[in-house]
Amino acid sequence: MNHPEYDWDFAAGVLTGEREGAGTPPQELWERKKAGLVIIECPQRIPCNPCHTSCPTGAILPFADINDVPSVNYEKCTGCALCVAVCPGLACFVADLTYSADLALMKLPYEFLPRPTPGSTVALLNRVGERLGQGKVVRVVEPHKDKTLVVHVEVSKQMVNDVRAVRVEVLS
Amino acid sequence: MRETPLLIVGGGPAGLCAALEAANFGLDVTLVDSDLHLGGQLVKQTHKFFGSKHEYAGTRGFKIAHILLEEFQRLSHRITVHSNTTALSCYPEDGSVAMLTGESNYWKLIPRNMVMATGANEKLIPFLGNHLPGVYGAGAVQTLMNSYGVKPGDRVLMVGAGNIGLIVSYQLMQAGVHVVGIVEAQDRVGGYWVHAAKVRRLGVPIYLRHTVVEALGSSVVTGAVLRNIDSAFRPVGDPLTIECDVICMAVGLSPNVELLWQAGCDMSFIPQLCGYVAKRDKAMRTSHPHIWVAGDCAGIEEASSAMVEGRLAGLSVAHAEGLVPDDEYRRLHDKYWGRLGDLRAGEVGEKICMGIMQAMVQQWEMPTEARR
Repeated sequence: MNHPEYDWDFAAGVLTGEREGAGTPPQELWERKKAGLVIIECPQRIPCNPCHTSCPTGAILPFADINDVPSVNYEKCTGCALCVAVCPGLACFVADLTYSADLALMKLPYEFLPRPTPGSTVALLNRVGERLGQGKVVRVVEPHKDKTLVVHVEVSKQMVNDVRAVRVEVLS
Repeated sequence: MRETPLLIVGGGPAGLCAALEAANFGLDVTLVDSDLHLGGQLVKQTHKFFGSKHEYAGTRGFKIAHILLEEFQRLSHRITVHSNTTALSCYPEDGSVAMLTGESNYWKLIPRNMVMATGANEKLIPFLGNHLPGVYGAGAVQTLMNSYGVKPGDRVLMVGAGNIGLIVSYQLMQAGVHVVGIVEAQDRVGGYWVHAAKVRRLGVPIYLRHTVVEALGSSVVTGAVLRNIDSAFRPVGDPLTIECDVICMAVGLSPNVELLWQAGCDMSFIPQLCGYVAKRDKAMRTSHPHIWVAGDCAGIEEASSAMVEGRLAGLSVAHAEGLVPDDEYRRLHDKYWGRLGDLRAGEVGEKICMGIMQAMVQQWEMPTEARR
């Protein structure tokens, strides 16, 4: 593996820094936007556009070519998380930084059993599945009634850029 | 002997769409499929599809099968389905096709036209102990798990990080199976990056530049030995042993083309399309004026393009039968090619486009009569 410049983590599906199709919202807007803004991690050109076609406000811009990576007009994003629920790659997430002084509310896709229940706590996982802590589930919705849930979970603000999945931990 | 204006071999996404398109234009269609139910691999696809809304993006594969089969109901007066029926052989002498329904019911059919939508076969890689129970193809794992609700094992090592390896890994986790890792010989995942990210964030390691060299166990698989390989695929470094009870192979597919060989179609080996495929024109018609191809048997791709190719082939047969006015044919033909162009324009589509350029001839696209 004598390629010091080769990004082995990215090549194996782990985001290692911002790039086209995988950026974060502008901080100033993000901190004041009620209900949050979308974070999309879709850095590869693939033929897919449901994030745009499902976006009710036009925040996810039209694709000139269906293979384009998504681009976002964050001013228009309302944090509704319809894209979170529709994305076949589970590559959309929402973080609401206005939730409380030190907690953000993240809206994450979830397609496992058992379903998390509001009020319970779930494990918070980063991009390589490491357990960063736990968070309280505030709401669980199924916007498209297609078995993809969107879990609204409390996440410490410092972890917003790292938490990308939740796991229901069943006591055995 | 029984006759039919159009025989479609295979009831997966390509065959279903070919049947719908041709029947829509008034052609009577006979469709045979070796499985008990129609839908092909779609019925096992519990993940949401990519593409645009024309290819049902955002909809799960098995739901797409439901949608197509509902459309079938509306055209049932024109479509005769024989499931549990294998097209065994083509006889160019009299243009007949031999069929086997069930275990022992042999019969023959003379089709005026045929669309081959026979799909693909799984490839396997050789390694020590690969005869042990517990070594599976990804197709079998998906059938067990998603069609029959049978858990194939408790700890699965996936071999291959193409879309099938990544998606089946995710589905295994959804079924409560521990995926201990994904092994990939290349220096990057071959499937969509987002599919890899999805399994990584659930803690599954992906071993790039690794291969499996041995399955451990005396009567069943109890583990696997991996080796790191260099860019020339030579083993380097120390072997790595992983405990598992299933080794699931998702190392690629090859087009299922036996019937096309038998029918005497011009064939060509095209690595980008993963094996021998029939030469075809833009209407998906082969060198045989009455045989069309669609889907994976014409080159390994996604189900979304298979559906569009099926539409193209069905349209072209209906046109050749005089059921589609020329201007309507041209309009739809261009529309379907537009969709295929979109689906193939991405990073992963580049290779496919190169393959298709080699498989495509320019000169044939003409009415059947002119080529008889």
